[in-house]
Amino acid sequence: MTKPVTDTEQKYLLQGNEAIVEGALAAGCRFYAGYPITPSSEIAELMSVKLPTVGGTFIQMEDEIASMGAIVGASLAGVKSLTATSGPGFSLMQENLGYASMTEVPIVVVNVMRGGPSTGLPTSPAQADVMQARWGTHGDHAIIVLAVSSVADSYEITIQAFNLAEKYRTPVILLSDEIVGHTREAITLPPNKDIPIFNRIKPSVPPEWYLPYEDNSRGVPPMADIGSGYRHHVTGLMHDAKGFPNFSPEVAGGFLKRQYRKLANGADEIQMTKQFMMDDAEIAIITYGAVSRSAIRAVRMAREQGIKAGFLQLVTLWPFPKKAVDAVCRKCRAVLVPEMNMGQMVREVRAVNQTATLKQLNRFDGKFITPQILFRKLMSL
Amino acid sequence: MVEQASKVRHDFLRHDMNFPHVWCPGCGLGIVLGSLIRATASLNIPQDELVLASGIGCTGRMPAYVDFNTLHTTHGRALTFSTGIKLANPSLTVMTVMGDGDATAIGGNHFIHAARRNLNITAIIVNNMIYGMTGGQYSPTTPYGAKASTAQYGHIEHSFSIAELAITAGASYVARGTVHHVPQLDALIKGGIQKRGFAVIEIMSNCHTYYGRQNGLGDPVAYQKHFKDHAVTVNKAEKMSPEEMDGKFSIGVLADIDKPAYVDEYQHIRDMACKKTTEQGETKGGECAKERLDEM
Repeated sequence: MTKPVTDTEQKYLLQGNEAIVEGALAAGCRFYAGYPITPSSEIAELMSVKLPTVGGTFIQMEDEIASMGAIVGASLAGVKSLTATSGPGFSLMQENLGYASMTEVPIVVVNVMRGGPSTGLPTSPAQADVMQARWGTHGDHAIIVLAVSSVADSYEITIQAFNLAEKYRTPVILLSDEIVGHTREAITLPPNKDIPIFNRIKPSVPPEWYLPYEDNSRGVPPMADIGSGYRHHVTGLMHDAKGFPNFSPEVAGGFLKRQYRKLANGADEIQMTKQFMMDDAEIAIITYGAVSRSAIRAVRMAREQGIKAGFLQLVTLWPFPKKAVDAVCRKCRAVLVPEMNMGQMVREVRAVNQTATLKQLNRFDGKFITPQILFRKLMSL
Repeated sequence: MVEQASKVRHDFLRHDMNFPHVWCPGCGLGIVLGSLIRATASLNIPQDELVLASGIGCTGRMPAYVDFNTLHTTHGRALTFSTGIKLANPSLTVMTVMGDGDATAIGGNHFIHAARRNLNITAIIVNNMIYGMTGGQYSPTTPYGAKASTAQYGHIEHSFSIAELAITAGASYVARGTVHHVPQLDALIKGGIQKRGFAVIEIMSNCHTYYGRQNGLGDPVAYQKHFKDHAVTVNKAEKMSPEEMDGKFSIGVLADIDKPAYVDEYQHIRDMACKKTTEQGETKGGECAKERLDEM
């Protein structure tokens, strides 16, 4: 059991799932609803222990559909909310994830990915839900998807996930995987005061003037908590600035455009990447999640052989960080995209830059892409 | 009296927008909405503290018309959203309105678990024994042998009783009323809101457009007569044999039990968890309590 983060720097040995809990609590999360599923259950267990000690609430719901409904409800009532699951549960969550998107409710959904489809490989890692995270719920919608590669990431990026959800009034999907979730590493948690926290902007006008879905320069309307005196209507139907059903072409088209625009406006801060030895790189690896660990090692091994290799880690998968990816594609004579799936994000890389020499490396048998596999592939480029 | 009723409507309806409503002329949902407004108004709860959530279907459209904090959620899931709202802010009075298909088919799992959990939520279920909005398909409460758009040769499934299901699942307060017995309906809804625990009010209502037309029950007036002739008070029903009750249903309060409400139980958990971590020196003394106060 870890101690709550306080006013001093603290060092711990945590697994990725535990670090997500610490990150969520540090970000101000005070509500969790979930359903048990391997390999994410540690998040629920630790939340059930910790949330009541900080005045928060934990509830185990009857399924993942209900878990999503509950966290959207709690967030509408003004409490930062989290759920965590894995593939089968994530499939069930898509329905109410769409509702959260339509009603612009800030929530964070963790998917600790395992092999699929269906029940698949419950205890083996995979990265095969990255397209589902983007397009899983029906209809056009804007969404932020982040991926973590380590215990440190699990803590920091979880905080980022909450901040982005609050700032842009949007659901944020945090993708981890069985390897990151269950790896134990040393981690230094910063003092509370050093953690940047963003809380949703509340209305500054009197209740009778409040328009819960009114456009503004950021495209993000202020959000009033249920029960705070700003009575309004929340519906999954297409709605106007007042929040009431409206199916006119202007309203429907305008709504969707604003959803995309608000995330485009924030692209510089939303589209996060990390670089490793990219300054003079001639060949590069672009990947995300647990495979990033192998990529760093493989780059080092290549450098020892005199090969100028570098690595771009995609922290944000959606909206896809086009600029950073394009820059790497332009700079390097060859780019390798390894993934623990049959080739999903590589399609996006290819869409961004059609002229780059692009190689993919895919493993989808429930086993990890080791540094050795990557190194051998790098040497063949 | 008329003036007073008109004032309540003025205060509680979003009368300057969203009308005319989407329901068919003569639909029982208007009567249910009237009852809901009178029941809540009689309790003098500020509108800012009232929450009305719904799912999908004709009943799902109700929240848009009342000037509370309102939610129109996904099909069958309204109770899950209500659960989140109630837990995030227990001081709110949370009501959920659903149809028979919404609450007991697609939302059946959420319904029984909400009842079992005993959160302080009032569930109002309008039972017209059919899916109205999609065109009269059979629901879990469509009787055996009845006709529906998807049972044109006669329904071969057996219906269940929403009220009995709620009692078995553990709801603290279960009542049944009809859109014909309106003063009683006002009282039943009021009783449900006042109950500290999960309350279910099943309301027999008319869908003359689909169920009535396909099964020869006639217009809304004939439907009213049907409810008048087939509803039996709980006290009377107790004295009647199963044969005498055949085709009839009981109305009134069917269950009213006291058991700890979820939010009270969870506060004990918070107190226990705080005490434990403070004793173990994991948090500084009083930190738990302080943070809780900040939240409030």
